[in-house]
Amino acid sequence: MNTRLTGKAIVVGDNIDTDQIYPGRFLAITDPVEIGSHCLCGVDEGIAAAFPKGGFVVAGRNFGCGSSREHAPIALLNMGASAVLADSFARIFFRNAVNLGLLPVVCRGIAQKVKPGQTLTLDLEAGTVTIGDTGEVLPCEKLGDQAMRILEAGGIKPLMRKRFGRE
Amino acid sequence: MHAIEKILAKNSGRDTVRTGEIVTAKVDFAEINDLYLQTVYSFYEMGGEKVWDRERCAFVFDHYAPCPDIKSASNHREMREFARKNDLRFHFDINCGVCHQVMPEAGVIYPGMIVVATDSHTTTHGAFGAMGTGCGATDMATILMTGELWFRVPEIIEIRLEGEAPAGVFPKDVILNVLGKIRADGAVYKAIDFTGSYVENLNVAGRMTVCNMAVEMGAKTAYMQPNRDVLDYVSARAVRPYEVQFTDPDFTYAESHVFDVSRMEPALACPSSVENVHPLSSVLAGVPVKIDQGYIGSCTGGREEDIAVAAKILKGRHIPEWTRLVVIPASAAVMQACMEKGYIQSLMAAGATISTPGCGACLGAHEGILAPGETCITSTNRNFPGRMGSTDARMYLASPATVAASMIEGRIADPRPYLD
Repeated sequence: MNTRLTGKAIVVGDNIDTDQIYPGRFLAITDPVEIGSHCLCGVDEGIAAAFPKGGFVVAGRNFGCGSSREHAPIALLNMGASAVLADSFARIFFRNAVNLGLLPVVCRGIAQKVKPGQTLTLDLEAGTVTIGDTGEVLPCEKLGDQAMRILEAGGIKPLMRKRFGRE
Repeated sequence: MHAIEKILAKNSGRDTVRTGEIVTAKVDFAEINDLYLQTVYSFYEMGGEKVWDRERCAFVFDHYAPCPDIKSASNHREMREFARKNDLRFHFDINCGVCHQVMPEAGVIYPGMIVVATDSHTTTHGAFGAMGTGCGATDMATILMTGELWFRVPEIIEIRLEGEAPAGVFPKDVILNVLGKIRADGAVYKAIDFTGSYVENLNVAGRMTVCNMAVEMGAKTAYMQPNRDVLDYVSARAVRPYEVQFTDPDFTYAESHVFDVSRMEPALACPSSVENVHPLSSVLAGVPVKIDQGYIGSCTGGREEDIAVAAKILKGRHIPEWTRLVVIPASAAVMQACMEKGYIQSLMAAGATISTPGCGACLGAHEGILAPGETCITSTNRNFPGRMGSTDARMYLASPATVAASMIEGRIADPRPYLD
């Protein structure tokens, strides 16, 4: 897997729950691209359409709290996000993101440092986020072994297919 | 070890587990709700053919009961096909209720088990001395294929609730008071053990309300040592033998927080966060908060006890003109009991709208959606922007009693004068 990613950032606040990431009224939708088009519309209706492909969602504490809905990481991935960089994550969101290959990276204080539209470089091996404009380097937590095992396989689905001899 | 650690150890075939360790544990019961057709898709994408055990997994159609549109109806259809193809022993269609109510009623929840469901409020089952936790659709698909899931053994924190609740302070008020202190991320990745004399004396419904909202503090799971009420409830229903686990006397909690319930007052979570908790008296001291809609229901506040107190308060009274009160019993069994006792009749006479048992408007799917600019007081569990409809609606979380009193006055009101 690519452990060094560069992209532009959007910035959201604390306790961005799954209702704000993906409101309940869209839950019956199953097409991933359509799911992605509603991403973060509980924060701002315009975010998904304008999102920089391959970019980062930068957030405060407890990102992804609330419902267990997997639509949340599906929406973020299909909006074009490669990673969410936040002070902290709710646990079900964290698991869902890892399972689907969306990187949830803990980077404390990042929402105060990054301005919307700035280019960031995430280096998973070094455990750093570098802000392009200023060159400032922020430390981030490395993902645990279990999460890395799943992410390196490309998500839980390829891992399970291999385990069940379906490859 | 803690009882939760003993459950994890037993189900992963070990003698002991340590905090932070990753274990693969057997899941005793897995539940998929009707938001999660993705579970079926992920199951087939990963090469699944048949579920691991037809006795230990079920669908509950609760979020779209009955279906409000063609899309959700089509999803139900695909899920029914999957359930029939796998010959699942249990199936809870649109005539049953909210998963966290119908599973205990059906006897598939019992002490010492691990229950995993595609719903964050699976922490509810700590009320029965079970380890309940929520997961996403694809994690659930891995359970359906293998019967197991990996878990990180969590830190366990104690929330000790001591004393008797004063009149007008209900289990919902107690957990809101706790939530206001611990905050929405105070227990992320951790397990909460609710202890103390209040918990020891609490009935099944109250225990379920408290454990239900543990997830609003980020908790992975909740636990309460089963008491006589729980054991009576479970022994009348359990579909298989069970073993109650006990925490060793020398167990040390990662943190302990002590609350004196006897000094609590009714509380509200104000717009628009579960942690924005204020005592009722401080809300009443401010500008009156006019209410457009009251809502009593959900896995948090839609049980017989919740509807009973609302009926008691509203009996012989009527909600004001230009307001509405939506009441959705948590299950068909709850609704039957409430009809037999006359609660539904009292509430309808007071102007309430009764709807099908299920999740209803709690998550903004149907049956009571809020318009921009509206204010709702609700016995449910979340009030984040857009939770029950428009992101420009305002939601106050409260006990069913506070909701009922507020619906008499058309503004947020104190239930205590109506309880004598």
